[in-house]
Order: sequence, then C-alpha cells, then structure tokens
Amino acid sequence: MGTTSSTLTQYDIEEVQEHCNHTFSQQEIASLYQRFCQLDRNGGGFIAADEFLSVPEFAVNPLSQRLLRMLDGLNFKEFVAFLSTFSSRATLQQKIEFIFKVYDSSGNGKVTFDDMLNVLRDLTGQFISEQQREEVLTQVLEEAGYNKKSLLVLSDFVKILGNPDLKMEVEVPVD
Amino acid sequence: MANAPDNKLTSSSSELDLDRPNLEDYLPSGSMQEPRGKLRLDSGLVDWWTVCRRDLLDISPTLTEAAGAIVDDSFTRCFKSNPPEPWNWNVYLFPLWCLGVVIRYGILFPTRVLVLTLGWIIFLSSFIPVHFLLKGNDKLRKKLERCLVELICSFFVASWTGVVKYHGPRPSRRPKQVFVANHTSMIDFIVLEQMTAFAVIMQKHPGWVGLLQSTILESVGCIWFNRTEAKDREIVARKLRDHVQGADNNPLLIFPEGTCVNNHYTVMFKKGAFELGCTVCPIAIKYNKIFVDAFWNSKKQSFTMHLLQLMTSWAVVCDVWYLEPQTLKPGETPIEFAERVRDIISLRAGLKKVPWDGYLKYSRPSPKHREQKQQIFADSVLRRLEEK
Repeated sequence: MGTTSSTLTQYDIEEVQEHCNHTFSQQEIASLYQRFCQLDRNGGGFIAADEFLSVPEFAVNPLSQRLLRMLDGLNFKEFVAFLSTFSSRATLQQKIEFIFKVYDSSGNGKVTFDDMLNVLRDLTGQFISEQQREEVLTQVLEEAGYNKKSLLVLSDFVKILGNPDLKMEVEVPVD
Repeated sequence: MANAPDNKLTSSSSELDLDRPNLEDYLPSGSMQEPRGKLRLDSGLVDWWTVCRRDLLDISPTLTEAAGAIVDDSFTRCFKSNPPEPWNWNVYLFPLWCLGVVIRYGILFPTRVLVLTLGWIIFLSSFIPVHFLLKGNDKLRKKLERCLVELICSFFVASWTGVVKYHGPRPSRRPKQVFVANHTSMIDFIVLEQMTAFAVIMQKHPGWVGLLQSTILESVGCIWFNRTEAKDREIVARKLRDHVQGADNNPLLIFPEGTCVNNHYTVMFKKGAFELGCTVCPIAIKYNKIFVDAFWNSKKQSFTMHLLQLMTSWAVVCDVWYLEPQTLKPGETPIEFAERVRDIISLRAGLKKVPWDGYLKYSRPSPKHREQKQQIFADSVLRRLEEK
C-alpha cells in the first residue's frame, strides 16, 4: 500500500505539463502526484468528494461544497489542471476565468444576481440577513456600473477584478 | 495478531475520551481565535478584511485557502509516516547494508525474541502466584505487581534495544497529580512504564493487547474505555476522579491528544485531564528517527507489525523529559491550561502545534469552524454596509 506507484516517468510528467500549459515545474508535478496518491485513499485513480472532505482545512472552507462540484472525481491530470490556476505562472486572465467559473453555477457563461447572492450566502452563512446581503451586493454592483438585472459575462469580471494585486497563489511544496 | 476487523478500534491506543470533539468549547478560548493565521502552516494568506473592502466579488482569498488545503494541509501532516532518510547507495555500501540486514534479522531479531520470551516466562511465573496467593495482603501484592509490570516493560524496551534517556526528577506517588504526555505510539506507554508504574487511561483494544489490558494492566490501576460507547465516558470520568484522590494509587498517565501523532506535531489536547483540579506534570517524549520511525500509523499497521518493525531495527532512541509541574492559574479555563501545557511539551520536544482535534481522523470537523470563518466575513460585509 501507499508508495507503490509514486514514481512518474518523465514522459508522464511532460504529458501532464502539456495538459496544464506548463504552469508547474516537473518537480512540482512529482510532488503533486505524491499528494494525489495520499488523498486518493482507496487507490482508485481519482479523488472522490468524500476524500477531499477528509482534509479538515478544506472541509471547513465556506466554499468547499461549491468547489466540490468542480473537484469530485478528478483524476491526476484534471487535479493538476484544477490547481494550475493557483500557480504563480498562471496569468491573471486564467485566475479570473476560474473565479468566474465558481460563480457561474449553471455553466452558461453568464453570472446572474442570484449566482452572486448564492456565493455570498456561502461566505456569510447565517450571520447576515438575506436583505442585507441583497443590499450590499446591489451596492457593489452599482459602484461597478451594473445593476441587479445585469448578466455579467467574463469580460465584466475581468473589468471588476482585473487589478494586478489579485493574488491567488499556492506554493507547491517541493523537497 | 492484533489485527481487528474494525479499524476504528485498533486505530488508536491510549487516549482520553472524556470530551468528544466538542470543539465549540475551544472556539472562544483562543486556540481557534486566529483562524487565518494559525490554521495553515505556511504563510501566503491574504487579509480578508482589506480584500473584502476592496471588492466583495473577489473570492480569491477563500479559493486560495481551499486550494492550499488541497495541496498541503497541517492535519494530514500530523499522521504521515516519514519515509526513511535515503542514504547514499553505492557498490561499497551495499555489502555493508546486506550485512546489516543479516545481523538485524538473523541475529538481533531472534535474540530479542528470546529475551522477550524469557521476560514473559519470568513475569508470568511470578505474577500469577503473586496475584492469586497474596489476596489477603493487598499492600504487598500491589507493590510486587507494580515491580513486575515495570520489569516486563523493561524487557519490552530491551527487545528493541531501547536507548532511552530520562531527564528530570522521576515521578513520585502522591494524590492529586496527573501526568500528561505527547503520544506517538503505544510504546510511549511502555517506555514510561518501565521507569514508573503509571496507571494509564486507554482505549480498550481487541486481540492480545486487550487481553493484557484486562488481566495484567488492570492490576496497576489502568482505566479502559471504549470510544464508541457514550456511557463509558461518564464511568471513566468517575473512575478518574476516584483514582486521583487515593494516596496509594499509581500516578495517573494521560495522553491528552487521544491519538498517535507522528512526533513532529502536536494536535489539540483534550481538556479532561486538565479539569480534575490536580497538579499536571507534563512529560515530553521525542524519538530520534535515526534507525526507525517510532510513529505507529494505526491505519496502516497492526500493533504487532509495529512491534516487529521495532524489533528488527538497530535501536529505538528516545528522550523523555519530566517537566515542571503546572497548576491551574487563577482565572484560567481548563482549555487555556491545556494549551499552556501543550506549549511546554511542544517546546521541549521540538514539536509544531496544529489547532486540530486528533479525532478528526474519524469524523468531520464541526460546522462551528466554518461558521467562524463566515462570521468574520459577515462582520466585514456589515461594516461595509454601515460605512455607506
């Protein structure tokens, strides 16, 4: 059990690197593979929602349920692709695209007021009333030049979030 | 083989179950008070407040946290067996290594089995008569049994060539004190027991370990419980209180982490040991992993396999520190007290602290954790509303 298949050939690594547009170095991919095997407890070659939730730090994240929709059942290539957004080599555009995808639950390329409200509900839970949530969201949208009825597309998100100090980076530990 | 079908039972050794994951208690007390700074070991966290003020729609800090936890998390690290340090393999060293294997498995191991068998023969041949014949003379019987248990533990330590260095004054027997130690493996108990006959609070084990528990260790006053049985908790709590009052009882030993950690980290200390109103004497145990990793990864290994692994290695090297006794300070809650003692042990043994409950190995974190994060975010949103 455990460390049996923890070696990837250079071909494997290059293939994965190709798949994630070289956002990770070969060492980082090797390290991510170890982590993948660790999370994939039953060794099925993919990580189920349940296995992600066994990491308490992930399970307590307010957005974990939402993210699980994207994460459930990922194989290694998809796992790396998911994390590639958090690489320091990923572009700002890629990061904003990812955020957009988190909001866009229907996947039709448009984010509605309700979509945003749902995310905000995940983030604030019971500590804020529904009315306050709507109020603050409307206010934010109006500041940005939109209103409650606007359907936001990716370019709108780029406009709102596209400042260079958007920092969404996770360092992959390499030994 | 102590390999039980039910993994939950084998999965951890001595522990204290008086307070199941009632994390809520810990929330206001400080251990979880700085969730953003402390939850993750590595830095790179963005301050939620400033970000949130800048833009409500920017959920990148939360996403970064989630991805960070997927890539690496402090909880999983606590229970990771460390792979042996690779050393320079080359043609010259290889024959030496082979020789080492031959010596370890061909000479050391059989000798150790012999020593251990001898130990058991001596132990049983004197323990049984003492236990049954000295029924009338309780004081003498207790004393002899105490010595015999210490003796068999010394044999166990000898069977892995335990090189144990004890620092500080030896524990004495007196009422109203309780010893707490960090927990790496069931051998912690053996290492400590060979010096002093402690009464320990333990999870009831199946197999041969369970047999030893209910026959021999019972005589030194050890207390058992079953984690899965809720009513056991009350019984243990009562037994605990009774035990610490008795002047002639063996000193009480508790592993407040409740589960084996890999000796690089400490998980949350459960508060049971700290609310008995006793003096708490911390014991720090640090293993040197030069020959073998003493961490018992109970999810992967039965205790028998763990012992075999130790018995086929060169030696088990460890340091034990008996530290300054601590008492509850005025105005301190048991949880703060527990954290203070954890600080002392972690510092001495060079362990890193993580704010997790070790029982999360078996269960999901309480929603309170998430709610706390939500509250922080909600507060900042409300502040934003007020500002306008």
